[in-house]
Amino acid sequence: MRNTIVSLISIILGLIAGGLLMLFIGASPIEGYTYLFQGALKNISRIGDTLATATPLIFTGLAVAFAFRTGLFNIGAAGQMLIGGLCATAVGLTFDLSRPILLLAMIAAGILGGGLWAFIPGYFKARFNVHEVVSTIMMNWIAYWTVYYTVPAYFKGGTETESQLISETASLKTPVLSEMFQGSYINLGIFLAIIAVIIIAFIINKTTLGFELKAVGFNRHAAEYAGMKVNRNIILSMIISGALAGLGGVALYTGNASSIQIGILPSQGYDGIAVALLGANSPVGVFFAALLFGILYSGTGFMNAMIEIPPELANTIIAIIIYFAATSVLIHRVLNKFRKTRSNANDVNGPVGKKGEA
Amino acid sequence: MWAIIEQIFPYAIVFTIPLLITALGGLFSERSGIVNIGLEGLMISGAFASAITVNFLQDSMSGSAVLWIGLLVAVVVGILFSLLHAFASINLSADQVISGTAINMIAMALTVFLARNITGSGNIRITSGFTPFDVPILSQIPIIGDLLFTKTYATTWFILVVLLVSAFILNKTKFGLRLKSCGEFPQAAQAAGINVVRIRYIGVMISGALSGLGGAIIILTYAGEFTGSVSGLGFLALASLIFGQWRPLGILGATLFFGFASTIANVSQVIPELAVIPPIILKIFPYVVTLIALVIFSKSSQAPKAAGEPFDPGKR
Repeated sequence: MRNTIVSLISIILGLIAGGLLMLFIGASPIEGYTYLFQGALKNISRIGDTLATATPLIFTGLAVAFAFRTGLFNIGAAGQMLIGGLCATAVGLTFDLSRPILLLAMIAAGILGGGLWAFIPGYFKARFNVHEVVSTIMMNWIAYWTVYYTVPAYFKGGTETESQLISETASLKTPVLSEMFQGSYINLGIFLAIIAVIIIAFIINKTTLGFELKAVGFNRHAAEYAGMKVNRNIILSMIISGALAGLGGVALYTGNASSIQIGILPSQGYDGIAVALLGANSPVGVFFAALLFGILYSGTGFMNAMIEIPPELANTIIAIIIYFAATSVLIHRVLNKFRKTRSNANDVNGPVGKKGEA
Repeated sequence: MWAIIEQIFPYAIVFTIPLLITALGGLFSERSGIVNIGLEGLMISGAFASAITVNFLQDSMSGSAVLWIGLLVAVVVGILFSLLHAFASINLSADQVISGTAINMIAMALTVFLARNITGSGNIRITSGFTPFDVPILSQIPIIGDLLFTKTYATTWFILVVLLVSAFILNKTKFGLRLKSCGEFPQAAQAAGINVVRIRYIGVMISGALSGLGGAIIILTYAGEFTGSVSGLGFLALASLIFGQWRPLGILGATLFFGFASTIANVSQVIPELAVIPPIILKIFPYVVTLIALVIFSKSSQAPKAAGEPFDPGKR
């Protein structure tokens, strides 16, 4: 409950800051936000696009949140996405199978690729105590260059910078959904994402594994003392996190798009951190945070077309929301003060517990 | 072989310098106890500030004065930006990694937003940057003259001076020792009468200033155009900091390694001796080596003990 309030306040502050920015460049915030929300939600096709935009963010948000629960900061979701997407694309382009089997094989390839890419930093963390922030960043660049040279060498498409287009059988897009959403690029990825949210919520809240992972996150030494296999849990947490990010890559490259681009680290990897943070690291929170970011991203294109506001407004608002979420101590303090004044402020001792309450 | 080295050397140095100065900034921050993962964002803010300043002034002013003004503005903007991180991680005890990530995201988004609003395309061009020159007399020395004193930039010498001054400050002055004590055991430092909050603020602000400088140097020496990113150099600087084991000279070595590895990878296609190696190997080489180095150093890590922990004066 408390976390939800903090997240909502962060969002409102972020949107206010975005409005101020619009004023600063001489545009009308009311007009800007009207176009933004229209662009994201005006008709069924735009809603479909918004959901599709949110899909990879749900996966990367889940990935980061899951690792966070074990006290790990997986900043490498972008690289895991790339490798997951590369593996899925490779399967999709190489094998000629019936559609359900092919899609399952691609999804499995994405999970394996992403999981493997996160296993390495996880192993280094568990075995050698190498900080995962730096090792996952290194893995990001290794993934970047791997894709950069693998795709043109083996799956060269029409242009130098992208792979061959995958066939319709290998795409997560289905005619049924596309028709239902009137030509939107929404695809099966959104259902995968919802399933992932449910499974991850179940693992975190209802299983022994989830309990152990959280225990390691709260206090590594206490968990070890209680007889939990800390190292195994760290590696496992990273693998699951990477697998989720890999699925995000599958959704992005074989669902939203039909080819894999080289020379770019998907921004969704980094945004996953923001999604996880805003969603307070809970799977359901992640889902709604990703939807909000989906709205912001898919709405700014329309806004930019209607009035002269750069589409980077979305990223700026998101970044500011994250800064407020990161400094949520401030919001907590204000909330506490508010609560105190409401309960008649008969506290003679003055503000107690100002320091160190975080 | 010698000809290749001679050819590569100036480029490698040019590439090394922004990394070096940014990693040095990170050193001040981490030694004071604040992990600064926002180096990338601080570099971008500096790059943006210098590009926009030079872009505005280059018509009315000429010569290199305008470039130095650009550097100065980048330093100021870097400091202002780093205050966001300092406030979050020192006053509010926020998670420093998350706060740093927020800094990165804000810088990446806001600079492109503003740049697009100013120029329309989101890119800011400058017409002329620093020009390389041969150091008189010294460049005549055989061998090292060709390597170290030809085609150098003024900023290179400036940054090397900053490096020496930083090493001196950190190891020989009262302030430097106090800064390091705040990163190792802030409670003890406070008991000794050191104002931990103030020292940490200064540490983070220095990191902002130097990272801003690093970003500006990229624009004003080899890039010539602001495009909204510094292609991950801030993160590479962070890795250099760890690779260099939180010591100024170690950082110099680590950044030189990255500078050479990247330059070799970039020019490998035009040099027959290197073209036989698959380019992917050359490209991922620095990152793989960093990973291996992290594993090797993990046992004897010299990381500041209190880095990343919010300062709690009541903790024992």
